[in-house]
Amino acid sequence: MANHSGHSGQTSSRITLRVNGEEYTLTLDHRVTLLDALREHLDLIGAKKGCDHGQCGACTVLVDGRRVNSCLLLAVAQQGTSVTTVEGLGDAATPHPLQAAFVERDAYQCGYCTPGQLCSAVGMLAEVTAEAGSDPTTSARRSALTRDEVAERMSGNLCRCGAYPRIVDAVLDVIA
Amino acid sequence: MNSTSVAVVGTALGTPTTRREGWEKVTGTARYAAEHTPPRCAHAWPVPATVARGRVTAVDTTAALALPGVIAVLTPFDAPRLGPTDDPQLHVLQDTVVPHHGWYVALAVADTLEAAREAAQAVRVTYETDPDTPHDVVLTVDHPGVYTPEKANGGYPAHLEQGDAATSFAASPVRVECTYKVPPLHNHPMEPHAATAHWDGGTGRLTVHDSSQGAGPVRTALASLFDLPEDSITVISEHVGGGFGSKGTPRPHVVLAVMAARHTGRPVKLALPRRHMPAVVGHRAPTLHHVRLAAREDGVLTALAHEVTTYTSRVSEFVEQAAVPARVMYAAPAHLTTHRVVALDVPTPSWMRAPGECPGMYALESAMDELADALGLDPVELRIRNEPATEPESGHPFSSRHVVDCLREGATRFGWSAHRASRRDGPLLIGTGVAAATYPVLVSPCTARAHALPDGTYVVEVNATDIGTGARTVLAQIAADALGVPLDRVTTAIGHTTLPEAPLAGGSSGTASWGWAVHDACTALIARLDRHEGPVPDGGLSASADTRAHAKQRSPYARHAFGAQFAEVQVDTVTGEVRARRLLGVFAAGRILNPLTARSQFVGGMIMGLGMALTEHSTTDPAFGDFPESDLASYHVPVHADVGDIEAHWIEEDDKHLNPAGGKGIGEIGIVGTAAAVGNAFCHATGRRLRELPLTPDRVLAVLG
Repeated sequence: MANHSGHSGQTSSRITLRVNGEEYTLTLDHRVTLLDALREHLDLIGAKKGCDHGQCGACTVLVDGRRVNSCLLLAVAQQGTSVTTVEGLGDAATPHPLQAAFVERDAYQCGYCTPGQLCSAVGMLAEVTAEAGSDPTTSARRSALTRDEVAERMSGNLCRCGAYPRIVDAVLDVIA
Repeated sequence: MNSTSVAVVGTALGTPTTRREGWEKVTGTARYAAEHTPPRCAHAWPVPATVARGRVTAVDTTAALALPGVIAVLTPFDAPRLGPTDDPQLHVLQDTVVPHHGWYVALAVADTLEAAREAAQAVRVTYETDPDTPHDVVLTVDHPGVYTPEKANGGYPAHLEQGDAATSFAASPVRVECTYKVPPLHNHPMEPHAATAHWDGGTGRLTVHDSSQGAGPVRTALASLFDLPEDSITVISEHVGGGFGSKGTPRPHVVLAVMAARHTGRPVKLALPRRHMPAVVGHRAPTLHHVRLAAREDGVLTALAHEVTTYTSRVSEFVEQAAVPARVMYAAPAHLTTHRVVALDVPTPSWMRAPGECPGMYALESAMDELADALGLDPVELRIRNEPATEPESGHPFSSRHVVDCLREGATRFGWSAHRASRRDGPLLIGTGVAAATYPVLVSPCTARAHALPDGTYVVEVNATDIGTGARTVLAQIAADALGVPLDRVTTAIGHTTLPEAPLAGGSSGTASWGWAVHDACTALIARLDRHEGPVPDGGLSASADTRAHAKQRSPYARHAFGAQFAEVQVDTVTGEVRARRLLGVFAAGRILNPLTARSQFVGGMIMGLGMALTEHSTTDPAFGDFPESDLASYHVPVHADVGDIEAHWIEEDDKHLNPAGGKGIGEIGIVGTAAAVGNAFCHATGRRLRELPLTPDRVLAVLG
């Protein structure tokens, strides 16, 4: 990262962001959140801005595989990380199984929370796997997830259309 | 990419069909209003008033304009003048009067979002307030300013009365008289209202991407406000992240975005900060209900009085029509329904999912439950005994009314009689409740065009809006069946003012209105194809339709959708937490055109009703005059974990008095009755009645003692 070390008055920096396997070098105001960097600077509009305060989960992306509210992270601090957005999960030709399950189950209505729900669910399933550690029954642990547990783990992602039951159905479909 | 291939022609309607834009939504390529960024696009950030009643005396923009990247700050003293509008809320920055907290008093425009936000915060506004007339934001039933308006929202008479309610009430053997309270509620669609405006000074063309339930009315409003011919304006609402009524009318953000674009000569993007929304995009006004029911010993009603007191703003009058559903649901020789309203220093209330029916049926269906208790009668049976032969208000026959069938079917599916005993499980008290639901059938005139192309495919065009309903999909289904072709041969173009004019997505009337025009255009196209000799020419063949002549609101029939909602709740006697273990709704809403997306809408409405019952509430703060619950951390919409077992079912109705597709509209009825069913189940579980929503732990513990 250039021009950052204790140089008073410096308000922007040239950084490299790694997003969906691609590297992007750009100069960003230090106030730019990861969410705004994606949406306004890289035209990756999959991650949504619902509240900009970490309250709704619409901006959820994966940073080094962990689900995060990208509106609460400063982009300038993300050099060296690997960011995955909904665009990086898959496309219509080669979808992530969860994306296909959302379409089949009608696990959305307006679609605005959907990218966040998808990234959150992918991150959530990774958490379950990580919690199981080297336990050989990892896949059993995942498939043992109950409706209530999935709902609890997904409760940081709001959906005003009320697609919740179908979202849980879709998550359960992919771990079955 | 539809999962369901429709091989047999003429069967698209009624077949579960996945959304046409589904893959765009799950891969992040569906673009919403703030996601179209023209080159050189600037960002705007509005400045809300911090007083609830007063006048702006000065706006100091010096510090804001000195910040790097700031292009302009518009204030009431220098903002461009706007043309006329029916909606004073759109006359932004036109005068110095502050009618409520959060009213916009300035707009910062800058090269970047960060600079615009900082500039907005750096604007210094000076207000004049009059200590002799402090702001007044608290609704009370005996407020001295309360008056009876002429009409309530929807054009309904505010006051209707037949018979003598007071005398009938006094003479009846069984009576209940209760008051209920519903707080202010916020729509909070997941996508904040946003607009991107691009003014081309050279050609005089204005292009706007707006998050709206109807691009047409937005264009009409902008044409008048900016004195432009409508045909020089294009408004696009391709993907809309929910609205629930709050995007049904043009909102200040789109006016500000256009004003800033014209003023700066740059494209301008404006996405509302979440915390601004409660003050500027409408809300459901609080309602105070006084309900009196009187009955014979057998439960048949002898008197019904539903009196509603609500507020509006000092900007314009909006009266939540909460007593109107009583005119549809139950007959009584003495029948009184009335609305009173007081204008306060509050933001202007507006449409929120099922305005009128939603809070009104909470009160009425709670009172029916109290009457059943007073009679010692099963609440399902009480409703069946009061089923009217014709619409109580008008005497008109119903085009179809299957509320009794919904109650019976729901009771069977829910296991109503078997589970009716309340029970205790450790600290939990468990009970069940029921409520009926209703929502009117509305329809508006619409135009559409259908094209046949040489390759055997078809395109139907209508400026409909898909706010999450699945409009694209269901219109394609209607077209496919009308044309008699497989569904995959039809594409729909919607969400753009260059398409044939259409009404907005609201009042659960979209599919009926748009679908009627699509059906007629396709029928006309078939006739055109029949007359045509030889193959379809390279340019295709087209036909248009306009339903103005026959898609009328007035009908000799009373047309409404109905339903029944059942709830099982558990009440934690230690924490005061109420949870809905089971919700089950059965609806009769005409023909269900796409069972997959219809179920999503019914269930989604019920979940919003669950929020109303248990968690959602806002308050007008007497000290500052604002809504303290202005964000999603303080205004609690339901989350995944709030939703238990939830089911929506329906009874297919073959109603010939609706529209060619035969649907009644399903976007709103799902929220109607849910809160009453939950509240009634709470009473069944605990033996105590709470008459104020939501059923939060503080209230629950207080009532449990």
